[in-house]
Amino acid sequence: MATVELSGLVKQYPNGVRGVDGVDLSIGDGEFFALLGPSGCGKTTLLRTLAGLEAATEGTISIGDQDVTALPPGDRDIAMVFQDYALFPHMTVTDNIAYPLRIKRIGKSERVARATETAEGLSLGTLMQRRPSQLSGGQQQRVALARAIACHPRVFLFDEPLSNLDARLRLEARTFLKKLQQSLGVTTVFVTHDQAEALAMADRMAVMESGRIRQIGTPREVFQRPASTFVANFIGATPMNLIDAQLVSGRLDLGGFTLPVPDGFAVSEGDKVVYGLRPEYLSYSATAPTSKDAVQGTVATVENLGVNVLVAVDAGEHSLRAVLPEADEPALGSTAWLTPAPGRALLYRGAPPSSGELIGS
Amino acid sequence: MTLTSKPAEAEPTAAALPGAADVVQRARHDPDVAGLGRGRATVFVAPALVIVAVFLVFPAIWTLYLGLLDYSLTGATAQDPSFVGSQNYTDALSDPVFTKALYLTLLYVGFSAVIGQNILGFLLAWYFRTAPRAVRSTLNVLVLLAWILPGSVVAFLWQALLDRQNGSLNALLHTTGTAWTIDHPMAVIVIFNIWRGAAFSMLLYAAALNTVPTSHLEVARMAGARPWQQLRDIVLPTVRRHVLTNTLLITLWTFNDFTPYLLTGGGPDHRSETLPVYIYKTAILGGHLGYGSAISLLLLLANLVIAVFYIRLLRGGDDESALRKAERKARRAEAAVAS
Amino acid sequence: MTAGMRASSGGYVVRRVLGRIVLYAGICVLTVFFALPLLWLALTPFSKHPSYQATLSGLTLENFRKLFDNPQTWPSLRNSIYLAGGSAVLVIVLAALASYALSRVRVPGRDQLLYALLLLSSIVTGTAAMVPIFLMLYQLNLLDRQSGVILVLTGGLLPAAVFMLKDFVDSIPRSYEESARVFGAKPGQILRHIVLPLIRPGMATVGVWALVQVWGNFLVPYVLLSNPDKQPAAVVMYTFYDAGGQPNFALISTFALVYSVPVVVLYLFVNKRYGFAFQGGIKG
Repeated sequence: MATVELSGLVKQYPNGVRGVDGVDLSIGDGEFFALLGPSGCGKTTLLRTLAGLEAATEGTISIGDQDVTALPPGDRDIAMVFQDYALFPHMTVTDNIAYPLRIKRIGKSERVARATETAEGLSLGTLMQRRPSQLSGGQQQRVALARAIACHPRVFLFDEPLSNLDARLRLEARTFLKKLQQSLGVTTVFVTHDQAEALAMADRMAVMESGRIRQIGTPREVFQRPASTFVANFIGATPMNLIDAQLVSGRLDLGGFTLPVPDGFAVSEGDKVVYGLRPEYLSYSATAPTSKDAVQGTVATVENLGVNVLVAVDAGEHSLRAVLPEADEPALGSTAWLTPAPGRALLYRGAPPSSGELIGS
Repeated sequence: MTLTSKPAEAEPTAAALPGAADVVQRARHDPDVAGLGRGRATVFVAPALVIVAVFLVFPAIWTLYLGLLDYSLTGATAQDPSFVGSQNYTDALSDPVFTKALYLTLLYVGFSAVIGQNILGFLLAWYFRTAPRAVRSTLNVLVLLAWILPGSVVAFLWQALLDRQNGSLNALLHTTGTAWTIDHPMAVIVIFNIWRGAAFSMLLYAAALNTVPTSHLEVARMAGARPWQQLRDIVLPTVRRHVLTNTLLITLWTFNDFTPYLLTGGGPDHRSETLPVYIYKTAILGGHLGYGSAISLLLLLANLVIAVFYIRLLRGGDDESALRKAERKARRAEAAVAS
Repeated sequence: MTAGMRASSGGYVVRRVLGRIVLYAGICVLTVFFALPLLWLALTPFSKHPSYQATLSGLTLENFRKLFDNPQTWPSLRNSIYLAGGSAVLVIVLAALASYALSRVRVPGRDQLLYALLLLSSIVTGTAAMVPIFLMLYQLNLLDRQSGVILVLTGGLLPAAVFMLKDFVDSIPRSYEESARVFGAKPGQILRHIVLPLIRPGMATVGVWALVQVWGNFLVPYVLLSNPDKQPAAVVMYTFYDAGGQPNFALISTFALVYSVPVVVLYLFVNKRYGFAFQGGIKG
């Protein structure tokens, strides 16, 4: 068990591209930490630098108060699960799980015993003599986990551990992985491009973009108060409504309709801002409500999401997305009134140089 | 390992020399996944490079030098080769036997490899995709046998086949007494080489045809394209690179093929004397090493020209991927059928 | 309309049937074309009166007895095994080391170099460089020595072997080695535990390929070895002629068969197990 500290970490490639561009991060002991971002944002590079597979250009990496920046991967006391699992195809499940122990020169009988014990904990007991090619995707993933667990590292690194599973299995594996991490209590860093995965599993998460961390926080913090329009756009099953607005005589003019300034945002008359509101925080009525803060528009599309419907409502110059309960499903082309839930709207700076940042109070 | 895990403190010294900084950074970017390191990698490559350099590159360069000498195994120049400059080359180029050998080599390569093996190999691979199992495996084994049997065995098989009195060919065609190797020596070695080498093209094209996405063929079929249209519009654009690779390899192999000698001995009267046979006769049998080297170099140059030509063609298709081209063609085919 | 359709579909059927007939005629001609030369090899060794004629005139194994009584048979086959085995081992070991290093450690100009060597190799194993190779071996005192032949053949085969094997190593995901490295394996351990088992199929393919190439090579041993005791089967086969210049059919036919069987078996074995090695084609 150990903490992980990154400070001023830079990974620059020979062509001048910075895969990781000045990352400071501190991960607590036993924490389940997610690195989230679109492809090419540097999250995998960060994980590989942490593992020692890539050398840091600048900055330091410490694991449990020990500076490991210059250590080769094998001396960092970490275990990594790769996206393709990297199970050795010429070894049986037992040999795969016992491989890290073989490197540590642990006797054959003991390492087989420890591998068997770990594997049984992951219900792999009956598969010990099989080759990786004879296993299903889910089984392969568990063997990869068992191999990581069997060497009792200080830190687990998971690179997109669920991306090679099909959708239903992925949900199961998500729950399983979270439970496993809780019971082992080992500090874990995992990389994912799936925001739902990060929100569901992580204790804390970092959202990355072009080599930098844009926001660090608990999933709830990141979901409710995205620090920038980039994060706001990236987090959430359906993207947040982000609309350019200007403060005109005490109300926000969104182009075709106006809304009140949400509480707790310091803005002054004439400021250009971006108004952000999650589609889940809009409520619908078919008739004009009493509140004058409802937005009137026409239903343009209706998408069935199962228990919910996603509707697009054309209002003024914009199209607003709203997620409504199935009972509220409006008719196509009908007139709709959408009311923002109180205390949920966010304002981001609309004018350079700090455009896109969340406005403070 | 030593380079990739070098601590950040090393950076300033390296950065003082612009070139060195470059090296350090590139070393860090190496996908050196086993932690092999430059040193060990060099040690790994060195033995192969040394053998190749001594037994492949050096002889090639020496050919260049020998070609400038008047040097024979026997006679006055055997002990004391004298420098004659480009004499050997001008001799070769004005020697009708040489120019004829060059012409025959081009005929041999063109008809037996570029046309014969290429087309037959492709047709076999194309036919085997849908052929009945029994036909396919029988023909496949025969074609492969022709390819893998040792050259000296194969040469003797063909001597037996073409024998004047008892040969199977004359028996089959009821033409007993016809001396094929004397009457039609070039045709014999061309057909022999097609028989001998079709398997390689067949194997390569079979692998290439597997890379053609089935969905592309299905699109074309639903648009009503006939098999030959599918072949022209979908398959050939996709396997274009394989075609070029294959043609390059079989061209070079055939260019340097010595097996015709075992069939016809270059005769009669130089009528099937390709360049390798000519070099062998001149240099090894005749002992004219300097002159033989000069011809060898000319042969090398011809190979180089061909190789460069093919590589140009290979490179030429890079700006537009064959896949996208195939897609576009499929769409064009579809549109043509629809209109 | 209906009549027209019927006519055109009738034309289609006729064309189809004609096409089939042409196709099957073509397949028959091809089968005869490929089978006819092989017929002699299949029949003559068992014939009582072996000649150029590919017929069985009475079944016998007498020819094989004659072959195995011939004093040249076994030494020449042993020489072939020695030359082919030696070259194949040398090619496998050197090509495996080189192709792994070239695949995993970036060397500037690597692909161009490989390509150039590949082109050169197809030329030099032919006749073009026969003269300087002959002279060089003469200077190195390797003429008429089997080690000289092995080195020359290895040099000729190596570029293509490295090329094929590097293609194979490139196709192995790097995450295997990275994974082992994260678990603390040292480079030597990674090579022994992970890399070697993974590239073994590629090495087997290339090894058999080299073996078959050398086994069948006539020119290089013919030119470089003059002592009949050192010559391999490919060369010795051409010495089975009687005083009048007539081929000794009993010896030649059986010898050709015995000499061919190993390469065919090896090829079939590797092909069945690993498939055709030249999958990727050449990258430009």
